[in-house]
Amino acid sequence: MEGPGPVKNERDLLYSEEEEALRAAVRDLLADQCDAPGVIARTESDTPHHLALWKTLTDGMGLAGLLVPEALGGQGATHREAAVVLEELGRAVAPVPYLTSAVVATEALLACGTDDLLRELASGTSIGVLAVALNVAPGAAHKLVRHDDGVLSGELTGIADAAVADVLLVPADDGGLYAVDATAATVTPQTSLDLTRPLATVTLDGVRGRLLGDAEPAVRRALRAGAGLLASEQFGLADRSLTETVRYLKERKQFNRPVGGFQALKHRLAQLWLESVNLRAAARNAADALTTGEDADMAVTVAQAYAAPVAVHAAEEALQLHGGLGMTWEHPAHLYLKRAKADSLAYGTAGAHREALAALVDLQAP
Amino acid sequence: MTDAEELRRRTRELLAAHPPASTDRLDFLRARFDAGLAWVHYPEGLGGLGAPRSLQAVVDAELEAAGAPDNDPRRIGIGLGMAAPTILGFGTEEQKRRFLRPLWTGEEVWCQLFSEPGAGSDLAALGTRAVREGDDWVVNGQKVWTSSAHVARWAILIARTDPDVPKHRGITYFLCDMTDPGVEVRPLRQITGEAEFNEVFLTDVRIPDTHRLGAVGEGWKVAQTTLNNERVAIGGMRLPREGGMIGPVSKTWRERPELRTHDLHQRLLKLWVESEVSRLTAERLRQQLVAGQPGPEGAGMKLAFARLNQEISGLEVELLGEEGLLYDDWTMRRPELVDFTGREAGYRYLRSKGNSIEGGTSEVLLNIVAERVLGLPAEPRTDKDVAWKDLAR
Repeated sequence: MEGPGPVKNERDLLYSEEEEALRAAVRDLLADQCDAPGVIARTESDTPHHLALWKTLTDGMGLAGLLVPEALGGQGATHREAAVVLEELGRAVAPVPYLTSAVVATEALLACGTDDLLRELASGTSIGVLAVALNVAPGAAHKLVRHDDGVLSGELTGIADAAVADVLLVPADDGGLYAVDATAATVTPQTSLDLTRPLATVTLDGVRGRLLGDAEPAVRRALRAGAGLLASEQFGLADRSLTETVRYLKERKQFNRPVGGFQALKHRLAQLWLESVNLRAAARNAADALTTGEDADMAVTVAQAYAAPVAVHAAEEALQLHGGLGMTWEHPAHLYLKRAKADSLAYGTAGAHREALAALVDLQAP
Repeated sequence: MTDAEELRRRTRELLAAHPPASTDRLDFLRARFDAGLAWVHYPEGLGGLGAPRSLQAVVDAELEAAGAPDNDPRRIGIGLGMAAPTILGFGTEEQKRRFLRPLWTGEEVWCQLFSEPGAGSDLAALGTRAVREGDDWVVNGQKVWTSSAHVARWAILIARTDPDVPKHRGITYFLCDMTDPGVEVRPLRQITGEAEFNEVFLTDVRIPDTHRLGAVGEGWKVAQTTLNNERVAIGGMRLPREGGMIGPVSKTWRERPELRTHDLHQRLLKLWVESEVSRLTAERLRQQLVAGQPGPEGAGMKLAFARLNQEISGLEVELLGEEGLLYDDWTMRRPELVDFTGREAGYRYLRSKGNSIEGGTSEVLLNIVAERVLGLPAEPRTDKDVAWKDLAR
């Protein structure tokens, strides 16, 4: 192989008017139904997920079906629109299973051609979750359950949003992907770093499942889409952290001056802006590549090798620059830090994606 | 409205009337300019057709396919990227007609007489004086860091015409004839060993008032157009994947496995990703411009460009091991072209140190991003209401 080769068609890295309209609608809804004090209060309750919001997003706006063809009750839209939704959900650290159900589980079902479940997920009447730990990168090894005598048994950990799942998509050791009714499984919440996308263990004890198809290609496709669109969520987190910090530093006064006028801080914020602008381009590139299917492995890998450190940096800077206020439970800075840090592991770390890139662009290890 | 089809038709007409194979290079370039196909977004009669800028690619592709000569844009970058948009924006009709055609064809090379030994980041504090005498201005002073001054026919020049008002208000913009006997160009040798830059001494240089660009005292405003275009020109080049500084080091990595280490591998992959993402940001910026939605991203492009060039070329020197201890040639030379990625790794490492200084230091650019993009408070300005002649120096 002779290097990565030329770039074929340049992608559309902008937002269309329709995408901006979609963004405005989602943002309005979130401003109305998902403010930070509400999210914080919810994390301390038994129901950290905001299911009323989920109902509006899905039932009301049809957003769970963006990736599903119209013939199956979806919107027949693309990853580009789903990415815009995720930017806004990221900005609000909204505790809804959008990435896990409307993207990852939906992609697995699309790979298997499971029309009836796709209809249910697209309409939002069911929440689906792929039973693979959140930190698994596309193509990486993951845990499987045993398939013996027609039933499934085993324990899977680190399954994001499993607590609200209606259907679990479970990879088994016979190479199959099975749909399991969540009521037939034991789902136990795990105390999670990110309170707004909580993890759970899933225990199957001789449960019947319905074979959907081959697990390997379905899981790979699902995780690739998850990784690619996660970059848009990470952009939303970074952009919001930056905007809020800039706003605060224009108001906050010390030494008889707005703190945001000190050059040491101005340069840090300008640096963060540069990173966030880059992340937007990388995330749009990944969303567009997933839409066209062209060069998608490369685009997703580049986006994920870049996104996590930026989102974490933005959240960490937000905390530091808010001073003592940023350290309090009451202030939402910690929600962004916890989500950004958890996202830095989700669907593979930046390091894991760099390793994948080494093979894609022929920059092999020693 | 001139559309792509119309431009293709005009380009084919030009090629039919002036077949590149049998036409003198300069004659072809002049004909291309006169046909409005030089820069299609410029007005008619000035090398353009008032067409959308994005359609230039249509013309360029047709001409390239036909083997037509180009105007060697790298040799005349300052003219194309900085002087031309400023002359277009602020020049009189006569100035536009006199200067733009030979500028574009490369018959007349341009340089930029802005920075001074006492006015770098604080460019507006410049002290080169221009005094009115009849129909002329008489200019005295010293300029520095002037690329291409030794080959330039013309210069864009800013000089102080009123020392009694605050610094931004007393500056006027001129087009300076570099063949004037009062212009002395001396090479300024750089850390690379070569002298790509010059010092320019101006002694009783006479500039006719007809070569003033914009109103007297409005030079700072005019210069903003030049400087904004400079930053886009330095950081905003459209590149293929691995097209910039990351290209040579990636090639060396692939061809010479014996040089690889784990530490270098991690750093290389990180820089490769950052280069690719930076390329995507530049591409997104370009798409925004084409769509008529210019964004503030341009201010950041040069910052990223400078840092990446420096880190990547530094890595490349390390990768080369024993060879990294060598340098290709310290001979004092006078290159005509500025080439950031030319020559060997050692040269690239040293030359890229200038990337965070030329065209606005990275420190000043970070201030610009913080203030103009993020809206953070401006630096305290103790010189705002002080006449230039009373400033500390």
